[in-house]
Amino acid sequence: MSAHIDTVTHAAATPDAELPFAELGLKDDEYARIRDILGRRPTSCELAMYSVMWSEHCSYKSSRKHLRQFGEKVPPEAKDILLVGMGENAGVVDVGQGFAVTFKAESHNHPSYVEPYQGAATGVGGIVRDILTMGARPIGVMDSLRFGPADAHDTHRVLPGVVAGIGGYGNCLGLPNVGGEVGFDETYLGNPLVNALCVGVMRTDGIKLATAPGPGNKVILFGARTGGDGIGGASVLASATFEAEGERKRPAVQVGDPFAEKVLIECCLEIFAEDLVAGIQDLGAAGLSCATSELASAGTGGMRVVLDTVPLRDPTLAPEEILMSESQERMCAVVEPAKVQRFMEICGKWDVTATVIGEVTDTGRLEIFWRDELVVDVPPRTVAHEGPVYDRPIARPADLDALNADDANALPRPSSGEELRATLLRLVGSSNLADKSWITDQYDRYVLGGTALAMPDDAGVLRVDDATELGIALALDGNGRYTRLDPYAGAQLALAEAYRNVAAAGARPLAVTDCLNFGSPEDPEVMWQFTEAIRGIADGCLALGVPVTGGNVSFYNQTGSTPINPTPVVGVLGVIDDVARRRAIGFDLDGAVIYQLGETRAEFGGSEWAHVAHGHLGGRPPRVDLDAERALAKVLVTGATEALIGAAHDLSDGGLAQALVESCLRGGRGARISLPGGLDSFVALFSESSARAVVAVSPSNAAAFEKLAADQGVPLARIGVTGGDSLEVDGLFAVGVDELRATSSAVLSGLFD
Amino acid sequence: MTARIGVVTFPGSLDDRDALRAVRAVGAEPLALWHKDPSLHDVDAVVLPGGFSYGDYLRCGAIARFSPVMEAVIQAAKDGMPVLGICNGFQVLCEAHLLPGALTRNSHLHFRCKDQALRIENNATAWTSGYDVGARAVIPVKNGEGCFVADRQTLDMLEAEGRVVARYIEGSPNGSMRDIAGITNERGNVVGLMPHPEHAIDALTGPSADGVTFFTSVLKALVSA
Repeated sequence: MSAHIDTVTHAAATPDAELPFAELGLKDDEYARIRDILGRRPTSCELAMYSVMWSEHCSYKSSRKHLRQFGEKVPPEAKDILLVGMGENAGVVDVGQGFAVTFKAESHNHPSYVEPYQGAATGVGGIVRDILTMGARPIGVMDSLRFGPADAHDTHRVLPGVVAGIGGYGNCLGLPNVGGEVGFDETYLGNPLVNALCVGVMRTDGIKLATAPGPGNKVILFGARTGGDGIGGASVLASATFEAEGERKRPAVQVGDPFAEKVLIECCLEIFAEDLVAGIQDLGAAGLSCATSELASAGTGGMRVVLDTVPLRDPTLAPEEILMSESQERMCAVVEPAKVQRFMEICGKWDVTATVIGEVTDTGRLEIFWRDELVVDVPPRTVAHEGPVYDRPIARPADLDALNADDANALPRPSSGEELRATLLRLVGSSNLADKSWITDQYDRYVLGGTALAMPDDAGVLRVDDATELGIALALDGNGRYTRLDPYAGAQLALAEAYRNVAAAGARPLAVTDCLNFGSPEDPEVMWQFTEAIRGIADGCLALGVPVTGGNVSFYNQTGSTPINPTPVVGVLGVIDDVARRRAIGFDLDGAVIYQLGETRAEFGGSEWAHVAHGHLGGRPPRVDLDAERALAKVLVTGATEALIGAAHDLSDGGLAQALVESCLRGGRGARISLPGGLDSFVALFSESSARAVVAVSPSNAAAFEKLAADQGVPLARIGVTGGDSLEVDGLFAVGVDELRATSSAVLSGLFD
Repeated sequence: MTARIGVVTFPGSLDDRDALRAVRAVGAEPLALWHKDPSLHDVDAVVLPGGFSYGDYLRCGAIARFSPVMEAVIQAAKDGMPVLGICNGFQVLCEAHLLPGALTRNSHLHFRCKDQALRIENNATAWTSGYDVGARAVIPVKNGEGCFVADRQTLDMLEAEGRVVARYIEGSPNGSMRDIAGITNERGNVVGLMPHPEHAIDALTGPSADGVTFFTSVLKALVSA
């Protein structure tokens, strides 16, 4: 048998043997560099490890140069709240009272296109393990989803599977799904976006890191057995563009077992509570290759692993496959010898398979054995952290000037009351603005008993622990159309919207995570979009005083040579001292005064109206004004904290009209609106100017609230009063709440039931 | 004087903490029971919580019914101890033949989470005595397999004996026969309920506080017994 094993000795003796590095996604110069590092050709096992770890998905080789901005443009607020910054599995933020929160979003776009249910399910599973790995109890999930047109044939294959997969996995883990977003656009037809976010809570002294200190400490693999699923997923799937290869790639998508993960979560939390691990890493993309090389390179520098001890689901797996397998629901811990017995007892209680597969050394080498032969002998840093870094060519898209010149403000507009009414109903009944409960009702939002706000409210709000009134708020937003028109502004608008949503819920925005979905980095125009978007987020976070704690880059989101609209999705975390003071969007009382906050300009570039009414994408996105966002947030948060505000809703897609419709539907009552003077009614209703919100305030609090807004310099207009059973605008038109509800709720159920 | 109410944790239980919280909220003493432990530790009543017991890749509750703790629960239920099965717990009670019928895949084939209006039909059970018959309660339902089915004879018997505890009103979330949301055994000590009263004990974190009466009812029954 040993003749068939490509050992280190054999590799040194056969320098000219040809290896399929190109098939594994490595370029000629990358392969040459591996030979340089090792001073010989790699063994097949080493090649497997380098190929997955140096893939775009794992190494961030095209993005790393640009992501450094997040470390360079750090707002001063960061030093007060950031306990763990970028680079670990997820950032950790101090939210006060001894609690720390960790949160992160991650993409699972390509797997979800190939195999919607499992792709989306394992996307949830992966991000939950990232949060767990930090030592936190996961307490909630959210997701940002984008599909092709809602009535497109392939959307009917992809969407139901993705939604069922997110629900099937997340519901079975017992994590409330508290928000996110769903969008439809032609650009995502061949490349849907499935971005999942998880948030977890721990005590500030309970943080765990991915490191393997202490020679002699044991390396324990625990959780599910290793099988043949997801082999090569990282390099073959996530880093290659889709052609017509969907069928062929199906076996590379991992299969999830949420029950195994649920048990793993509880098992880990008991292990953490007894302080039994010196370091821990989950097994996600690149499986054991990633976990062993990352743990070793962050620790004392060496590790020795006996691959034969890895429990297998499929005993025929080759060592290269064991190293590359992306079987789900596995973790790798570094445990002091004296603590191994107790560690194993806890795994036994939860019936979790746990095996010592190796130990930490001080050799500076990652050595892996198979059938008593040395098959891997590498410096672990070269695998985990010293992958290639590319400085890809950048070029402003050639069509951008023409696109920006195609002004959406010049499109024909409705003007009569009847036309405005019809426009409003058309938007309410469009897939992007319609009621999403057909999707969100497939997710458990109540489990764990800490959900104080969930979709369709502006942000998800969770109590961090039963013993406190402290809460956190989360919002996840993106806008591919704005970003296509201006990636710098579009990324900032995504950030501003999530920031505004958190503030509207009554929480103080604190920190940011992002999930950057772009086309191929080998396309200079995509690279320009990417660098502009990063610059936008970094500058925006600096201006708003909210540090970036981590994130995820997803490239190669394109079909053929056509990239998706660049879609940075931004998640903002906020904190609320008394969770009972959170504010929902619904008009829940009659006779409340409705105010619009912020300034409205005629801004229709990339708007939902231009998209729905004209199928148009052109002009400029709304102007970004981060000082105005900051002032608005101050008014919203103070207004909630001091109980001046009854309901609050941010203005975004669809403008004031859509916000009013949603607040009427959520509260089950109408409103009488008189539009502010000096503006065309159409502009007042449908413009998407940023830094705006509507609030409902009881008459007794009106004076105090007006003073609050004036003190912060936030423009305020009294635009109406809540009550009745229809939304009436200025004598222009009226629509019954029942008609709004029927129009809004018929869309997705009509298409997908 | 209070009562000790146990909440079983199977490895895939999800709403066990919520049930323990609800027990604590009404002033009873909560006790977590472990699925591998055949002892009920002198509890006065038991809640089987929501979740996915052992993953439920087979029929929901089919494996849980054979767990060590269930042997004790089955015996105690037969001896008259109040037992409430919520969602997955209801499925386990049916698999254990403590309640008739079965819970099958929702008629629309999707998991559904919804603030559901119920009508309380029977206030003679250990768990519903605090409600008025005909009371409306809004309590979350969240399940993929909550469609109650039984043969016609069983359904007629349940109706005739007043053993339908709660019914869905204002629209069924899952297609249950005769809109049945919950039933009880002949003695009225064992109740199975698809909706989750433990998620409706505080309007801050649920749609209402309408569910708290399930827990105050059993506490009153136990303390006055």
